[in-house]
Amino acid sequence: MFLIYCPYCEELREEPEFHAKGQAHIARPQDPEACSDEEWGDYLFFRDNPRGIHHELWVHAIGCRKFFNITRNTVSYEILETYKMGEQPTITAESLSRDDKTADGVQVADGGQQTVGASDSAVNFVRGAKV
Amino acid sequence: MSNPSSVNLFDSRADLAKAESPLAFSKSRGDLPAVSRDSRVVVRERPFLGHLILRGGAIVLDEAVREELGINLPGRPQGLTLDASGERSIQWLSPDEWLLVVPGGEEFNLERRLRQQLADASFAIVNVSGGQTLLELEGDAVRELLLKSVVYDVHPVHFPVGKGVTTVFAKTSAIVRRPNERCWQLVVRRSFADYCLRWLLDAGEEYAIGVELGDESRGAMP
Repeated sequence: MFLIYCPYCEELREEPEFHAKGQAHIARPQDPEACSDEEWGDYLFFRDNPRGIHHELWVHAIGCRKFFNITRNTVSYEILETYKMGEQPTITAESLSRDDKTADGVQVADGGQQTVGASDSAVNFVRGAKV
Repeated sequence: MSNPSSVNLFDSRADLAKAESPLAFSKSRGDLPAVSRDSRVVVRERPFLGHLILRGGAIVLDEAVREELGINLPGRPQGLTLDASGERSIQWLSPDEWLLVVPGGEEFNLERRLRQQLADASFAIVNVSGGQTLLELEGDAVRELLLKSVVYDVHPVHFPVGKGVTTVFAKTSAIVRRPNERCWQLVVRRSFADYCLRWLLDAGEEYAIGVELGDESRGAMP
């Protein structure tokens, strides 16, 4: 059984009740009219595909029907935390690489949250981390 | 706008018009198993109840519901509270959404009174009575039947009386709730009601499941 913690229902629920909705924390450009085609295309179509920590939008489709965020490790598939809409993650690739002194090769994109990847040592750290 | 003066309320008077239970087709086929002495599960439909969806802030809704029904709005997730008679219930569906079930015919006046209570607060009340129906399951094998039908953990420790959840039921969804020690309730969508009943009959065959037939229609027959 694969259980996911819904931050609105405040309990672990079965995975069939949920749907994944892609990358989280994508901010709509403040002034779309002023965007270049490239910026608008980036916003609309291009998504990160990191090896390691990824922040995702999920919906508790058969349940409370609320959207929420999941921090997930794309290597181990482990769910590190779930948090409500509008909240910021407490676990990011940056925070993990900071805690893990031996981390090397961790790529963190500008802005912190949109991470490109995490090192194997960060991944190992995550495997042992508590959800 | 939720100002009572600007909302047009229409009493469909379903008690006078002809209404058909979502299970009318299944019942009319005449092949439903009857309740016998061996039946360890009994299914009973409670058709034509008033179902209202309340949306809005918990604090203002709680005040209005307590004023009109004398029961508290369940503030915690998965909460289900009933009035003293057990006929009226209110259930937490999501952080800003509750399901209110009252005896059929009460829903229009209740909605009107709630709108007056809530006045110009930010809220929505939707009458969904025609869109869903309530099934009651009774008997000592109900939990075994649910184990085969829902993904949710229905062990009494995890699912005590006074809890209700929306979850996956067979290949559709249903609200599963436990209003008292005696029975379990399923709130199913109208269009899936036949499917859910068929599923229950199939899964409950080994428990000699029986259906207690209620009214399949009411009001003037054509």
